[in-house]
Amino acid sequence: MPSDFVADDGADAGDAIDIREQRRRAEVDEPSSPVARFDEPLPLDAGVSLSPWQIAYQTYGELNADRTNAVLICHALTGDQHAANRHPVTGRPGWWDAMVGPGRPVDTDRFFVICANVIGGCSGSTGPASVMPGATRPYALDMPVLTISDMVRAQARLVEELGIETLFAVVGGSMGGMQVLEWGVSYPERVFAAVPIATGVRHSPQNIAFNEVGRQAIMADPDWYGGNYIQNGVKPSKGLSVARMAAHITYVSEAALHRKFGRELQDREFLSYGFDADFQIESYLRHQGSTFVDRFDANSYLYLTRAMDYFDLAADHDGVLPNAFRSSPCRWCVVSFTSDWLFPTSESHRIVHALNAAGAEVSFVEIETDRGHDAFLLMEPEFHRVVRGFLTGAARARGIAVPAPSA
Amino acid sequence: MSDVIPAAEQRVDFRIIRDLVEPGTRILDVGCGDGTLMALLRRSLEVRASGIELSQKGVNDAVAKGLSVIQGNADVDLDGYPDKSFDYVILSQTLQATRNPRHVLENMLRIGERGIVSFPNFAYWKMRLQLLTLGRMPRTELLPEPWWRTNNIHFCTIRDFVELCDDMGVTVEHSIALNAWGRRIPFNAPWWFWNMFGEQAVFLLRR
Repeated sequence: MPSDFVADDGADAGDAIDIREQRRRAEVDEPSSPVARFDEPLPLDAGVSLSPWQIAYQTYGELNADRTNAVLICHALTGDQHAANRHPVTGRPGWWDAMVGPGRPVDTDRFFVICANVIGGCSGSTGPASVMPGATRPYALDMPVLTISDMVRAQARLVEELGIETLFAVVGGSMGGMQVLEWGVSYPERVFAAVPIATGVRHSPQNIAFNEVGRQAIMADPDWYGGNYIQNGVKPSKGLSVARMAAHITYVSEAALHRKFGRELQDREFLSYGFDADFQIESYLRHQGSTFVDRFDANSYLYLTRAMDYFDLAADHDGVLPNAFRSSPCRWCVVSFTSDWLFPTSESHRIVHALNAAGAEVSFVEIETDRGHDAFLLMEPEFHRVVRGFLTGAARARGIAVPAPSA
Repeated sequence: MSDVIPAAEQRVDFRIIRDLVEPGTRILDVGCGDGTLMALLRRSLEVRASGIELSQKGVNDAVAKGLSVIQGNADVDLDGYPDKSFDYVILSQTLQATRNPRHVLENMLRIGERGIVSFPNFAYWKMRLQLLTLGRMPRTELLPEPWWRTNNIHFCTIRDFVELCDDMGVTVEHSIALNAWGRRIPFNAPWWFWNMFGEQAVFLLRR
């Protein structure tokens, strides 16, 4: 999910899209990034197990000799493992290029960064688009419903496989932030520092409502075929595109939309008195929707939005949130953005108050910006300064040295 | 990050507070600003420090320094902290900016084993003189803002503060008054002398 305010420069020619679609489908089971495959079953909250299963990932930087400098980056709803490298399908820069890299706030000169595609995704980890074991067709709706803690369980298994006992930090925004929270609660002894950004301990009814609009759009598309569109050689592009358009509105703020588009007309001087994209915002949304279809699987979208809706961190702790964080040994840094209305600052306050009540070491910053929820993906100097400062302080406490600059 | 000590760390009450805190303890700095005092204590005494600060700018600066600080309001947010979760709760030049100083003090001694409070003394002779001769709200180097712009809403004098402690049944373990040059007023000086010549005071409190 690269910045939603940076227009996709996707080719529009039909041939190019076909090539892209082939590339996208190839990434589902045989990704161009490293992939860890497991035969041992992955137990799921739904009460069943996945077996065999796989998780695709990318790494940046070097693991130090003590194996103490690993940072796990958790991606948002429609992101993937390609946080800081060119995307194999779209050719665009990584979705967190601004944050992860040499000398960046998550400094790959200092940390060993891991980013995995979540279970349920469509970029090389087992998900509804993956071929079902012992069959020639994709899982589609035979994939059990997944949860955030299933995703984290899979990541924990990957981290183990990479020979890392304790992560220095887990960092992520939005759905990635939910994973960060889950890490801190389920594996507190395996996380030194946790940075949940623009997120919450559960989805608000409003967030669930928006997700439901998206799912219904996908399922209403005649090309969805009850989830079996791949065997039928089609895809519910229109539904997925509408889902993306609705979601996209929640990622930005009214102020930013005003600044960028206002009520300006698109390629015309007069209203058409029809339903073409008269306004710039309309054609922008349509573009966002159509380019999203090129890189994402519709069933994955159903499963991942459901996982976010189901997330409720307090539920497993008698509904008492501080109990979830009881004597958490992690150092927490919670970040929110003033214009985020998907996960407003009040959601972050809820996290911070619970961490405080649990006696955890916590920092909290609210970054002033008019760019809405998506601000965490964009160049926000104050946000970057805070993350860099927090990670530097934590690295010092962890005894992670900055490597000497190479000559 | 460099470890150059900025000029603000020269603040005299910071040095006094540093002398009062035991090394290796857990402190909560209420109204920690940009975290200068926390950084000083952490560096020189290896304390585990947390902070609360009202201004977002202060919080962001402190977190960027690698400190654990949250944005919050001392008047309401301290209620959520568990009993005796810190060795020291510090209010350095914060008390006079709270809405309900007594409530904040109660919370402070509930959350911390001990409390440290520093505040400007409104009975300082220069203050008295300005009020007496000019008939205006006093302004000093320590309190440079005009009355309408200052965050400070509950001024008190050393005498007032000692009386409040008595009233609350709080034990004053240690008290230090500082004159305009940041020097300690002799320990054997009488209270009235402190109240007159102390520009600011630092108290170590315990329930």
